[in-house]
Amino acid sequence: MNAVTFDHVTLAYGGRRVLSGVSFAIPQGEFVALLGANGAGKTTILRAILGLVRPQGGTITVLGEAPRRGNPAIGYVPQLRRGAAQTSISGFDLVAGAAGGHRWGWPVASATEKVAAWKALEQVGATDIAKRPFDRLSGGERQRILIAQALIGEPKLLLLDEPLISLDAGHQRTIIELAHELGERRGIAVIFCSHDINPLIKVADEVLYVGNGKAAIGGVDEVINGPVLSDLYGTPISVAHVNGRIFVMADGIELESHAHVHDA
Amino acid sequence: MFTMLEYDFMRNAFAASAIVGIVAGAVGYFLVLRGQTFAGHALAHVGFPGATGAGLIGLSPFFGLTAFTLAAGIGIGLLGERAHRDVAIGIVLTLSLGLGLLFLHFYTSNATQATSVLFGNVLGISLDTVAVLAAMALVTLAALTFIARPLLFASLQPELAEAKGVGLDLVSTLFMIIVAVATAEATQIVGVLLVFALMVAPAAASHLLARGVLAGILVSILIGVAIAWGGLVLAYLTDWPTSFFITALGAGVYISAAVADKLRKA
Repeated sequence: MNAVTFDHVTLAYGGRRVLSGVSFAIPQGEFVALLGANGAGKTTILRAILGLVRPQGGTITVLGEAPRRGNPAIGYVPQLRRGAAQTSISGFDLVAGAAGGHRWGWPVASATEKVAAWKALEQVGATDIAKRPFDRLSGGERQRILIAQALIGEPKLLLLDEPLISLDAGHQRTIIELAHELGERRGIAVIFCSHDINPLIKVADEVLYVGNGKAAIGGVDEVINGPVLSDLYGTPISVAHVNGRIFVMADGIELESHAHVHDA
Repeated sequence: MFTMLEYDFMRNAFAASAIVGIVAGAVGYFLVLRGQTFAGHALAHVGFPGATGAGLIGLSPFFGLTAFTLAAGIGIGLLGERAHRDVAIGIVLTLSLGLGLLFLHFYTSNATQATSVLFGNVLGISLDTVAVLAAMALVTLAALTFIARPLLFASLQPELAEAKGVGLDLVSTLFMIIVAVATAEATQIVGVLLVFALMVAPAAASHLLARGVLAGILVSILIGVAIAWGGLVLAYLTDWPTSFFITALGAGVYISAAVADKLRKA
């Protein structure tokens, strides 16, 4: 079974077209790097899979069903924003709060939710930092907590939106290894959003690259090459391999590797 | 000093400020958490023409004020996180003060009325008003308890909450209705212009001092009641306006909390 299929999907965000009649399939169990320039529509694609954005055309299928909001089969790690980053609430309370956060009532976690939260924190190796205030954790530790939240409810698909932003190389590696290992152990597909392919080269089964309303999917070398990327960016692109790293360049200027933290 | 409790108006004032301190502390905690303090400030201003307009047509000013803050709360909730929201709110609050001024112009018979609406008149609160405040407080706190969990989730992680099926607009609108009622209550103590002192100062200090949600709400409530009562005592001793002391204590507590927080992090 496929984890996600897009069949001639047209998507728009804020009046701007992100995808025009794009088709691709992500088999269950695969680790997919979702790449593209800032504003190319990576987050919109994730939101469409979550059922938060309705496609203007075509059909999206998620785990054999139509996308729907609140689908418990999807674990989602949104980009970390100000609200959560500044809270003094402990990581454990954050995870337990997310476990039943949609229910009405006073924010006291039930026994089942507490058990689920500890189990999720264990799986990301975050039990020892779980009681510390979230705003005192390092970037890598925060991402662990956020990934633990996504594991609540035994998801069959993991979506991670730019978890590497503002992490140093070491922490980037741990987060990637964690996401990869979780996907392998559970046999579930992982869609990992990033603006740089390099940290993901070793683990990505496939690359889904979006740009210019189009998308290309395939192995790293099949997608990240001059002709394919020139089409996606709508401008001549050259790709250089140096010491196992990939540099994507337009007019000799490197793209995306220093993409800034953005709020779009 | 304890002779002050021999007066009915002082007992009413202590009761009313305790009720309002509790509601403002609890609601304010979430208002600060969500970064919506400006909306709370604006709601109070919108209450001004409600109060003066009601006076003009012979209704209770408190009734008019509550009706206007409620309408504004629903409006702000429905605006959601839209761009230019602050501009829209700012224009509406300015228009409100202007309208309030116009109503006052026609309602010249009672000038002290305007001062009490703007700056509060806690010493003029009747036992009936205390009962109304208590009833409103119960409803407000019950409603806040009902929405607290999704509200907290939506405030801390809106994207995840939305993906998990939380209706962000619904939660935000319900919360703004609660804020509107709490604001109307707070105006009875400190007036529409000084609502920040009770709604925001205790909560903002608590966010700096306390760890965890429950502790945060409790500390916020304690500070709210403490500065309201402190203001009453100081006003009794000096004969200066209560609202002045409440704003001064609110500022003092917030500044102390900010300094303590800086020292701890240094």
